Amino acid sequence: MNDDDQTPPLMQRVLDNPFILLFLGVAFPSVLYLIWGIMEIVSVPLAN
Amino acid sequence: MNSTLTPPKSKLWWNEPVEKSELIWISIVFVWGLVMSFMMPYWHVTGNQNLSNETYKTTPERFMSKAQSFVDEYTVRNEGPRNYPVVKPPPGGDVYMVARLWDFWPIVELEKDQTYRFHLSSMDWQHGFSLQPANINIQVLPKYEHVFTLTPNSAGEYSVICNEYCGIGHHMMIGKILVVE
Amino acid sequence: MTEIFRTCPDTGLKFHRPAENLMKANAVAAVVFLLVGGVYGLLVGLTRWPAVHLLPADWFYLALTAHGLNVLIFWLIFFEIALLYFCSAALLGCRIATPKIAWAGFALMLIGALMNNYIVLTGNATVMMTSYAPMEAHPLFYLSLILFAVGALIGCFVFFGTLVVAKAEKTYEGSVSLVTFGAITAAIIAVFTIVSGAIILIPTLLWSLGFIAEIDALAYRLIWWGFGHSSQQINVAAHISVWYAIAAIVFGAKPMSEKVSRMAFLMYILFLQLASAHHLLADPGVSSEFKMFNTSYAMYLAVMASMVHGLTVPGSIEAAQRAKGFNSGLFEWLRRAPWGNPTFSGMFISLVGFGFLGGISGVVMGVEQINVLMHNTVYVPGHFHATVVIGTTLAFMALTYWLVPVLFRRELVMKKLASWQPYLFGIGMSGVALFLMGAGTLGVPRRHWDITFSMTGGVVHEFPAAANTLLALNGLSVILAIAGGAAFCIIIVSSLLFGRKLGNEEKLDPPIMATPPEDSDYEGIGTGAISVPGTLVLAGVFFVAFAVYYFINWKYLAETWGIG
Repeated sequence: MNDDDQTPPLMQRVLDNPFILLFLGVAFPSVLYLIWGIMEIVSVPLAN
Repeated sequence: MNSTLTPPKSKLWWNEPVEKSELIWISIVFVWGLVMSFMMPYWHVTGNQNLSNETYKTTPERFMSKAQSFVDEYTVRNEGPRNYPVVKPPPGGDVYMVARLWDFWPIVELEKDQTYRFHLSSMDWQHGFSLQPANINIQVLPKYEHVFTLTPNSAGEYSVICNEYCGIGHHMMIGKILVVE
Repeated sequence: MTEIFRTCPDTGLKFHRPAENLMKANAVAAVVFLLVGGVYGLLVGLTRWPAVHLLPADWFYLALTAHGLNVLIFWLIFFEIALLYFCSAALLGCRIATPKIAWAGFALMLIGALMNNYIVLTGNATVMMTSYAPMEAHPLFYLSLILFAVGALIGCFVFFGTLVVAKAEKTYEGSVSLVTFGAITAAIIAVFTIVSGAIILIPTLLWSLGFIAEIDALAYRLIWWGFGHSSQQINVAAHISVWYAIAAIVFGAKPMSEKVSRMAFLMYILFLQLASAHHLLADPGVSSEFKMFNTSYAMYLAVMASMVHGLTVPGSIEAAQRAKGFNSGLFEWLRRAPWGNPTFSGMFISLVGFGFLGGISGVVMGVEQINVLMHNTVYVPGHFHATVVIGTTLAFMALTYWLVPVLFRRELVMKKLASWQPYLFGIGMSGVALFLMGAGTLGVPRRHWDITFSMTGGVVHEFPAAANTLLALNGLSVILAIAGGAAFCIIIVSSLLFGRKLGNEEKLDPPIMATPPEDSDYEGIGTGAISVPGTLVLAGVFFVAFAVYYFINWKYLAETWGIG
């Protein structure tokens, strides 16, 4: 059996797809840094 | 023959074994990452230097009026080339410090080993509160009142210098904190 | 179809002529802005040398603004666009997608960069690269950055389009090369970077024009750093790709394992941009949870990735050298490396400087609590001159020596000077990094014209005398580094103008592309199961230095005032 004819494992297919990576690479920092940060800033209470 | 510039030789490169040298190093750096991840929360529990995030939205006018009443209440004398009020709040009390183009106001006198609640805000642009030579550096933003505590651990004259660029007079922006026994 | 491709006789790479022209244009523009930014850097360094104090205050702040923008943004991003086209069209041997749109992107970047230099020089935009609201610059300042960013975004999408072309036209089989994968990483980070820039710079432009009443200072900082810091993460991904590329160019090296190196790049894609939070650690209004999670790149996963690259790049070189017969002892592979070849020496100095000086200081400064000791002191520029100048700039210089014959088909001139240049630049810039970090630990503020406080009417602060010495040593190091940078610009520009033209079929001797060792040559290298013992020892030295410096700074922190 020839290795080259098999479908690659899932992780390899993810790494071979630049557009999945692009989505992840924009989504992760957008949620964890930008959106989380903005949520904290807008919830700063008013001074008395 | 393949190199870093050519497609992997094996089309199923994911299934190839990993070098032992790499496995050893990955284990070391993974554990090191855990150690460093642990240190920050650990210091929050056991350390004495954890900058508070207590913050309020304010306005320059509102903050200035609070700072003014602080100065009015606790001023003990005026001094220095700018004849600024030296304000001595009671130990454990609140301290208001105004950052503006281009000074820190007023001068504050603290007692060693006492803890004070600092309130810090800017009247205009962004500034940097840089306490020297203790080397404590905190960002100062307009319309945000930042509340944190400081506990001086030795007596002397300290400078507060601005370390956020704030226009052409940035290098003239300086203030003082005095610590007495 | 045939005549719009040429095959490089030295490397066997197939160049699509429109792609090649785009690479040349972007690379040349990059070097021009490096030259401009370098001159401003010299003026800044000499002004911060207390005994020289060259420029008056307004010109100092103007020069510092222009220095940052020209080198941190224009030089690096122009070069990176050239690199993206190289890693897609040239390495995959395909045509470039939509060359006309790529030229439009280049034009936007060039217009933006020129407009920015103009408006800064007029004195109406002396706001530093960061232009922190509510300090206001002329609207053209924000517009110029937006134009530049849109142009760069177009470049990224031409790159992604070219990947699609290569796959559709089956110009390669299986997966893309590791170097191309690194370029994909850089391009993805670039997209996030530019989107963040747009989110904040467009409203700021409208505010400067009077259409929006207010820009919140903290929100500006949060989003701006998504742009400002992430753009430096493009550099990291790009220069690590260049390291891998040079390992193959000089040694014929192959990845130690594709899986490990690509997973390390994936950690970059997911987590590297979170480090934008490094700039907010001393800020009010964001919680410690946010700070700890983001500043540690999600529990140091991206730091782990950098340390993995730090092993696998020299490791792949060691393995290739051992496969070629330099297999005795721990370090024969390194001793027998071509230290007179600037492509190699530049890359290796970049690797060591980035790791030991830039990497360690960056992680330590990025600890939530320790940051209070360094925030906005000259420690910060000390750190990033190690990462982005020794790391990225020197790596790009090293690659450029190789690109002159490959891409421009000219023979390099002044080869002797070229063999010295990486040492001159590397040592000078290491001095800059170390002396600035030293002055920063003494509390010297960054972006500051006068630390003697001579203009305050008598309210002064006296820094320790060592601070003046360190800033003087920094000034001397700046001169050394600028000499190295000038040598680079002179060599490259002279080569492009006056270097001997190489014939279409002419091969350079000695060859400028190593032949990779056969797989069978790799059998039995190293000692026992450890194929790269020398690299592992170097990594161990790095780890000890890192851990010691990390805990020393916790001790420093414990000695200052209580902060709560």
